[in-house]
Amino acid sequence: MIYRESGQFKTSYVADQAVFPIAQDRWFIAAWLLVGFVLVPLIANEYMLRAILIPFAIMALAALGLNILVGYCGQLSLGTGGFMAVGAYAAYNLCIRIPELNPIIAFVIAGGFATLVGILFGIPSLRIKGYYLAVATLASQFFLEWLFNRVQWFTNYAPSGSVSAPPVTLFGLTFDTPVLKYLLCLAILVVFALVAKNLVRGRIGRAWMATRDMDVAAEIIGIRPMYAKLSAFAVSSFFVGVAGALWAFIHLGSWEPAAFDINRSFNILFMVIIGGLGSIVGAFLGAAFITTLPLILNQAPQWFGIALSTAMISHLEFMIFGALILFFLIVEPLGLARLWRIGKEKLRLWPFPH
Amino acid sequence: MGFFLEVLLGGLMAGVLYSLVALGFVLIFKASGVFNFAQGAMVLFAALTFVRLMEIFHIPMVVALALTVVVMVVLAMVIERAVLRPLVNQPGISLFMATLGISYFLDGFGQAVWGSDIYTLDVGIPKQPIMLLESVFDGGVLVPSEDVVATIVAGLLVAALAVFFQKTKIGRALRAVADDHQAAQSVGIPLNYIWVIVWTVAGLVALVAGIMWGTKLGVQFSLTFVALKALPVLILGGFESIPGAIIGGLIIGAGEKLAEVYLGPYVGGGIENWFAYVLALLFLLVRPEGLFGEKHIDRV
Repeated sequence: MIYRESGQFKTSYVADQAVFPIAQDRWFIAAWLLVGFVLVPLIANEYMLRAILIPFAIMALAALGLNILVGYCGQLSLGTGGFMAVGAYAAYNLCIRIPELNPIIAFVIAGGFATLVGILFGIPSLRIKGYYLAVATLASQFFLEWLFNRVQWFTNYAPSGSVSAPPVTLFGLTFDTPVLKYLLCLAILVVFALVAKNLVRGRIGRAWMATRDMDVAAEIIGIRPMYAKLSAFAVSSFFVGVAGALWAFIHLGSWEPAAFDINRSFNILFMVIIGGLGSIVGAFLGAAFITTLPLILNQAPQWFGIALSTAMISHLEFMIFGALILFFLIVEPLGLARLWRIGKEKLRLWPFPH
Repeated sequence: MGFFLEVLLGGLMAGVLYSLVALGFVLIFKASGVFNFAQGAMVLFAALTFVRLMEIFHIPMVVALALTVVVMVVLAMVIERAVLRPLVNQPGISLFMATLGISYFLDGFGQAVWGSDIYTLDVGIPKQPIMLLESVFDGGVLVPSEDVVATIVAGLLVAALAVFFQKTKIGRALRAVADDHQAAQSVGIPLNYIWVIVWTVAGLVALVAGIMWGTKLGVQFSLTFVALKALPVLILGGFESIPGAIIGGLIIGAGEKLAEVYLGPYVGGGIENWFAYVLALLFLLVRPEGLFGEKHIDRV
């Protein structure tokens, strides 16, 4: 009754091609933006911002990027952590070596560097596919991790290998409080989500999806596989690179290459798969789920008053995390985004099912 | 020359150990098309079970080995029932994710039950290095004897698997399933049962690999990373090929050791971690389905 598009007539092509053609969707998104930008900063305490909301915003951005590559273009990648590291270290070096450069601009240029690296490591995808490609992308993960560990130029010859980010400023405003950091990450996330949404429903997104569904058939109907695959790698790496720069500068502050190890790659892949392949909403849902889950698992024993050794807690965390992943895959192999879609369909008919 | 041979032999033998892990991957991929990322976790779990059974209950090695085999069989049955059966006919990536979930679960479960320290494993493999070719080179070529044992065991294992696959009824059924699930099912091969067998065999291969690696490095969490080393072996040899796993392992093992010794000093060392992948990638650019993988013909 509430969620109905009947009576909403489109009278122009612009209205027909809108991102959210249904008015209720527009209201819904506006409400979420209002919650995100106004309500949350007002009510969230520092712990929530630091531990949940900032990581969520950054990881959602990374998951969006990976989703473009894995979900839309069908190229399984396990090298996300490496590309994040490229973004982080590129931004760091830009800021250190060109002090006049604004960090926000450095993030974007860092994304550009990640794009170049992504295209380079995407080249094998033209020859190999499927799991062979997945394993091949691991090469980028290990190579990049090694590069930032061993080549000291990238860490500005820091003796411990750990580097600290300079403060992030914009128009004289320093992003040093959790609220400001959160707002910055959220703003960037919203912009990138809009870009992603528009990319995937445009010409290039259709080319990606055709390549994903059957690359030979896509080639036959005139989609250049090289263009489709490499552009997916490029866009995805750009997103992931910016996310990496944000993760390092905003969330971590000071970091070492281990912050972008293979577990990071798996983590983001989990978000994409649990959230739903080939879905923008899925990236958000997956990121929310995977960032909050370890925190809940960590706190849960205390709520029940069970005293466990830290080693035991970490083992149990592993177990429950693995079991939950299995549970979700079995219950809904297409991810949370699928549940979302089912919910929407049901809501359309509710409360009169006929 | 003596040094070169020593590095080469060391690399080849390390490669045999990689092959042992890669074999488990290949078996499961062949029979069910699942890219089983949990193989590394299975290696750790099997080795932990074995070593802790001996330590905690003070039982003889043979009994512990038998019990571990039972545990691996039960594990295979549980995985088939709880994970594979509900996920049948799902896309490959969901199954791959599921095995990642299994590997997280097994890592946590194994360490929660058996403890997470480093356990030394001694199954009576001699530790003294063997001196070879002393008459040919000055100083000869030193070969660690546990590596020699590992090589022999790997050879026996491959021979046994080959006989099992080629000569037994179950082996034929496995090959039929690998060839075509539906066709195999239509001639009356029970898929679920076959999957239990395959995962059991993979579990046993993991046990052997776990014992070999455990003797070399001690049984500890880092054994799971050995699986990551087996991946380049896998893509180099081809996902569907048992000989590919062996030869891929040898090439990767020898290649990365030689690269580390002769190339490493120029670029700052520690290149072992990624060199294997780059080597495998270069091969893949020439042969996209690996050295011995089956060539797939895409149909639209």
